[in-house]
Amino acid sequence: MTTFPIITLLIIAVITLGITAVALFLKNIIHCSILLAVSWVGIAAFYLWAGAEFVAFAQVLVYVGAVSMVVLFAVLLTQRKQLDLEKLTGTVGFRELGKLAAAMVATVLVIAIATTPLTGSFDAINEPVITVRDIGIQLRDNHIGALLIVGVLLTVALLGAVVVASAEPKTEE
Amino acid sequence: MSASSESILEAFPLTIRDWLASVVPLDWLQWLILSLIGIVAILTVFGLTFAFTTVTERKLLGRFQNRLGPNRVRIFGIRVFGFFQPFADAVKALTKEDIVPAAADKVLHFLAPCAMVAFSLLGFAVLPFGKHLSLLSNIDAALLYFFAAGAASELAIFMAGWSSNNKFSLISSMRALAQLISYELPLLLVAVPAVLMAGSLSLTGIVVNQGGDLGILNWNVFTPWGFAGFIIFFIAALAECNRCPFDLPEGESEIIAGYLTEYSGFKYALFFMGEYFGMMSLSGLGVTLFLGGWQAPCAALAFIPSYLWFYAKLIVMILCFIWMRATLLRLRMDQLMRLSWKFLVPLALVNLGTVTFWKYTADWEGGMLVARWLIAIALVILPFISLGKVLSSGLGPRKYRYA
Amino acid sequence: MTILHLCLIFSALLFSLGLAAALARSSGILVLLGIELMLNAANINFIAFWKFSPNPENGTGAMFAIFSIAVAAAEAAVGLALIIAIYRHQSSIRLQDANTLKG
Repeated sequence: MTTFPIITLLIIAVITLGITAVALFLKNIIHCSILLAVSWVGIAAFYLWAGAEFVAFAQVLVYVGAVSMVVLFAVLLTQRKQLDLEKLTGTVGFRELGKLAAAMVATVLVIAIATTPLTGSFDAINEPVITVRDIGIQLRDNHIGALLIVGVLLTVALLGAVVVASAEPKTEE
Repeated sequence: MSASSESILEAFPLTIRDWLASVVPLDWLQWLILSLIGIVAILTVFGLTFAFTTVTERKLLGRFQNRLGPNRVRIFGIRVFGFFQPFADAVKALTKEDIVPAAADKVLHFLAPCAMVAFSLLGFAVLPFGKHLSLLSNIDAALLYFFAAGAASELAIFMAGWSSNNKFSLISSMRALAQLISYELPLLLVAVPAVLMAGSLSLTGIVVNQGGDLGILNWNVFTPWGFAGFIIFFIAALAECNRCPFDLPEGESEIIAGYLTEYSGFKYALFFMGEYFGMMSLSGLGVTLFLGGWQAPCAALAFIPSYLWFYAKLIVMILCFIWMRATLLRLRMDQLMRLSWKFLVPLALVNLGTVTFWKYTADWEGGMLVARWLIAIALVILPFISLGKVLSSGLGPRKYRYA
Repeated sequence: MTILHLCLIFSALLFSLGLAAALARSSGILVLLGIELMLNAANINFIAFWKFSPNPENGTGAMFAIFSIAVAAAEAAVGLALIIAIYRHQSSIRLQDANTLKG
């Protein structure tokens, strides 16, 4: 029975990583965005596996519902003429260097994680549950300051985005 | 007599399910069958509801426009006012040629209708259809799940519009994205008051909170904030399902059929199906949040099983959707945006304040109770009137120059 | 090798994929998506450490993930607005083209 969560985790991880890897190196930006939405759902599945139900649904709502929509909107707005898709992948040397750097970071991180001895009950499957009520109480009592700041931040970001993206009034021409 | 028959009828679906599951001996197989029966039941009930909603809609629209509507289809010589029409339509859709444009993005073009139906079905999983009838009744954040599932169907519409590689489809998918994002906000905001009153994100908890001795008067819709919330919810739900008067993404007279232009045969039928499933699940959410869910209107009528009450309310909601379609004209894009961002969202925010007031004055008695109602009603009506005045200032009645 | 190790490796690989996208692609939108992925990888770590922490009842990891999602949403909105502004000036979303400040 203890192997079941591990297998689930492995399936989630492999599918998510595979989809993300394919998504990030497709030429068509629309395909990238749609596949990335799927990989965000995969991450939400990981949260569900870990028992953080609220975070998982919030992830789907924010990323699949809002962020990917805004991304698609931006793609449509900026690709009015059929752009040369090759141009968007960058020069060859530049591209290879980026991939090399990322691969090196991955190697370092994986080696570092694998050699760190994590003692304690980290291989036991404990099933923590955080109910919505708990989250609400936490937000009200311990994190009220952070909650207010996030609210202000989101408002400012919304207004800023509108100001930045809206067309300037035509003064010349 | 009533007590025993009530409980038998109430538990009837569960009895059948348990009897079917008890046929198999294995434990895990039993669990699988229990889940499958729930899914099949939802698909059957709402599939049939979908079929008959289409024909009801056509017949009602016909009546609204002073004509008869479809009344010809007969099976074995029986013609029940044309109510076999959906079966004829299904056969037609299945046998039609499936045309994929040469320039289309084949994979996305194929995936879009499937995604549409799949995502629109996800919402049904958490709706409490009856006292004991809900697929995932133990989900704590059911409301959040519902909105998360609904958010994904926008992606399907976008995929359809973009992959068709047709300029009308592309315009339509841009319209759909803008519309769905704008109306998601009021929809979420008016759901919050119901959550606040029930103290729970679980839909079952919200329904239970609307029960009590007063019967129908306990429903959220019969409070000032609930009434305002229900109206806003209804408008936003109309827009979320792309129904008239918010059917800009389809807009036959402007952009052919929008994202559906390049679809034919069964894929078109799937889109149709997804749209109606979305409409039904949103109506179900409206019934749950505001119309008391499966609660009977008064204790004397409680002998009718709870799932039938839910279904009856759902049908009423859907009939209202059809009524709106026959009554109102399509909005323009700028009017659509203005209605959401300048009118519905502020009103929904004010509604949050109203419900907070309502919650904190729950123990006012006697004369204070009257004051509570008056203040709450004022909190609903005054913003409505003043906002309407501000928004419509400078817009006089339209002058018809050529009529 | 414990389960926590597996979770951490999952998040490290996701982080590297996001980094690769941010470094190797030149479309502004994809760079932004890569950054979003890196944020998500950090969230995975928070949730993993929360799940295996000695006292998960207080839910600090989950709380942090929720705040982080909110901030990521704000970041995406502003980032995409910037990209649209860049497009209006340069008629291109290639980041190499946005070099008018280069001497």
